[in-house]
Amino acid sequence: MSKINSVGELAELRAAILDQRDAGRPCITTCLGTGCHAYDSQEVYNAFAGEIHSRDLADKVDLRGSGCHGFCEQGPIVVLSPGEICYCHVQPEDAAEIITETVLKNEVIERLLYRDPVTGRRFEREGEIPFYKHQDRLILGQNRLLDPKNIEDYLALGGYKALAGALAEMTPEDVLEEVKKANLRGRGGGGFPAGIKWETARRAPEKEKYVIVNADEGDPGAYMDRSLLEGNPHLILEGLLIGAYAIGAAEGYLYARQEYPLAVENFTLAVQQAEEYGLLGSDILGTGFAFSVKIKRGAGAFVSGESSALMAAIEGLVGEPRPKHINTAISGLWGKPSNLNNVETWANVPLIIERGAAWFKRIGNERNSGTKIFSLVGKINNTGLVEVPMGTPLRKIIEDIGGGIPGGKKFKAVQTGGPSGGCIPEQYLDTPVDFDCLEELGAMMGSGGMIVMDEDNCIVDVAKYFMHFLKDESCGKCSSCREGTTRMYEILDAITRGEGREGDLELLEELAWVMKNASLCALGSTAANPVLSTLRYFREEYAAHIQEKRCPAKVCPALIRYSIDPEICDGCGRCRRSCPEKAITGELNTPLVIDGALCSRCGICREVCHLEAIVVE
Amino acid sequence: MVHLVIDGKGFQAEEGQNVLEVALENGIEIPHLCYHEQLSPYGGCRLCLVEITRGARTFLSTSCTYPCLEGLVVRTDTPDVLRARRLVLELLMPLAPEAPRLQALARQMGVTETRFASDEEVDDCIRCGLCIRACAELVGAEAITFSGRGERRKVEPPFGEEALNCIGCGACVFLCPTGCLHMEDQDGVRTLDKWKRTLSLKACASCGRRYLPFAQIEFARQKGEDPPAEGWFEFCPDCR
Ligand SMILES: Cc1cc2nc3c(=O)[nH]c(=O)nc-3n(C[C@H](O)[C@H](O)[C@H](O)COP(=O)(O)O)c2cc1C
Ligand code: SF4
Ligand code: SF4
Ligand code: FES
Repeated sequence: MSKINSVGELAELRAAILDQRDAGRPCITTCLGTGCHAYDSQEVYNAFAGEIHSRDLADKVDLRGSGCHGFCEQGPIVVLSPGEICYCHVQPEDAAEIITETVLKNEVIERLLYRDPVTGRRFEREGEIPFYKHQDRLILGQNRLLDPKNIEDYLALGGYKALAGALAEMTPEDVLEEVKKANLRGRGGGGFPAGIKWETARRAPEKEKYVIVNADEGDPGAYMDRSLLEGNPHLILEGLLIGAYAIGAAEGYLYARQEYPLAVENFTLAVQQAEEYGLLGSDILGTGFAFSVKIKRGAGAFVSGESSALMAAIEGLVGEPRPKHINTAISGLWGKPSNLNNVETWANVPLIIERGAAWFKRIGNERNSGTKIFSLVGKINNTGLVEVPMGTPLRKIIEDIGGGIPGGKKFKAVQTGGPSGGCIPEQYLDTPVDFDCLEELGAMMGSGGMIVMDEDNCIVDVAKYFMHFLKDESCGKCSSCREGTTRMYEILDAITRGEGREGDLELLEELAWVMKNASLCALGSTAANPVLSTLRYFREEYAAHIQEKRCPAKVCPALIRYSIDPEICDGCGRCRRSCPEKAITGELNTPLVIDGALCSRCGICREVCHLEAIVVE
Repeated sequence: MVHLVIDGKGFQAEEGQNVLEVALENGIEIPHLCYHEQLSPYGGCRLCLVEITRGARTFLSTSCTYPCLEGLVVRTDTPDVLRARRLVLELLMPLAPEAPRLQALARQMGVTETRFASDEEVDDCIRCGLCIRACAELVGAEAITFSGRGERRKVEPPFGEEALNCIGCGACVFLCPTGCLHMEDQDGVRTLDKWKRTLSLKACASCGRRYLPFAQIEFARQKGEDPPAEGWFEFCPDCR
């Protein structure tokens, strides 16, 4: 490939690529994203490739391996165009049939279609499936349309058009103004307006400036940044280039989590391709703009995603937070102005520049423009990555997109914002999901984690889980954070063991206050959120543990008792055989009994009983 | 020079000085454990909290890490400041229950007891990092570091093995606020138990007492530091 030397040549190249491609030709897209990959989607892809080869269909059918589509639970997912027929749980054995029936004869294979777990209804087209239908997949939706390892796919979709437009027709100030007008708020957690941060960095006196992508994504269960980097690396790179142009930076960094090898691989490849095509380097598209990117791999600590810690890590120091009384946008990497944004924030930039701030502002609500990607997990029918306009009510995400709670259980709370977010109960389900509303509820947007809980989740146990994570991930520098999280965890643990004492809740609140006010970084100052928000909405559940030594959700082993209802038990002996503690005794065919002293409350008997005779109190 | 106000009184400070330094120089007491005027501020103990008003914002911050800025307004004795410091001290006390300095601070600050129990394996270290900074910044030996995150954080020689860079100068022992570090000279050998370090000592040419680690003399020589006088290391301080 020879270098593209001008904006005009980029347009010509795009035209040439499109010319070679037949838009109407059938295409089989297999998701090779992390979720589907875990279900061996690579084998499915290989099976398609084998069929296409052996049947000599290479010039009649296109085959594409794409990044994550978001509906990971249904993987491996295969989408066939034209028609956007979506097949779920596809196995390598299905490849031949799919080609024969659907690709060549346009016949839909009923059994591979998505089936709604509640209504049993099947859906043919991707866009009809409720999970997709209620989303607005501006960013994530592109994943399905391209092979992340192929820059031509991205160019064919209009890739680098926004960059070309910015370089050719806009001054850096114009770009800055557009991003400010769009009110793009940081997707990494804080919701800080990107345009204002960019402006601070641009105006800082030092000439040498940096732009950085934060891809440290450490929240348990979150993988939106990973899916974007793996599935559409050129989009992030294009956003970063536009930002560098606006800010006046000649060098950029991607700081990626150690555990994301594929994301690093695809981004590295994207950088190499962009260099070859003249989209990175000394004279980008012949405009004189120069920019290069380096990739830095993280050491795997959650706290190194914090801005000052991340910059320390890039400098080769220990990835621990540093006091930053001067903004990192003014004095960051090696004391130079450094603009750090989250992966998803950067991904929005090309869209804003190409379609304009006015268009962007129409999506979302007054103070929160654009979409947000969430990872929807927990007690929910459709788990996966969900992208909706900001301001979408929680209820719509959970009920319409997520398909509600499995097994007819009752919704209890949704935890948003990652480990230092908060739990939101049923009565606030109609709250619009945006930075400000979530914070008012004592939760936060965070990077977009959403964990749904049902009546079987104990709220004290949930708070304890997050505190355990935070106490392990605190860097340990500040006494308030290190000791605070540790003590909070100890108190929560004691409460779940039935050793809670009068005054514990007040002590938790006191600790929360000191952690918030005395800690250096946001890990420590927000670490008490999971406790504070659950205390706010579920105080009686804490009280039941402490005063009545009772776990209302029947989760905490020390506070529940297993017994067998003699009226129901037929003495079949299933439970007696399965009990790992040998706590169940009695004559077969007569009601059996559980010895409370031996019982470890593992719940296996309850699972194996065919009569629901096991009682938990 | 910048101007700032501490507890209602105006002060001048050099740019780059931190708030704690200026307060202490002017006789305003702020309790602190991890700060030392000859070492870079660290901000770990969180005891030196003060209330800072900068522009429209008022918040608590550690004074040892806060730079003096023009127009800064500092209060060292608001109810929130005192309450936060007391809680921080309560959190630190179980880490070194016997340490006289912590007990003295507790008396000064009106903390009579801590509501938190000590660990069974209490090692008396409050993770203030003074020893590490003394070793790196004053001595230049860089023999010890923090290892581990969160509650597993502790001071260690590299890989938990003998601290081979340790020259046995004892700066860490001298600065440790809890007295949890020990240095002992016996039979011509100096031992620093926590760093798993033993060093052989040079004898005084006059009284014969073995008093100085050979490693320390060697270190000074390699750093190109000339002894104050010819034969300086030959005699112990008593005989010089
Ligand atoms: C403990 C901690 C961990 C963080 N981890 C991440 C992360 O993994 N990814 C991220 O984008 N931001 C993370 N942040 C937020 C960053 O500090 C920073 O605000 C963000 O990257 C700025 O980008 P944005 O404005 O585009 O959101 C973390 C913050 C804290 C306090
Ligand atoms: S608040 Fe916690 S994570 Fe942040 S610097 Fe202090 S100890 Fe480290
Ligand atoms: S050993 Fe002493 S000086 Fe070193 S961190 Fe612990 S308490 Fe501080
Ligand atoms: S003296 Fe300031 S934090 Fe320790």
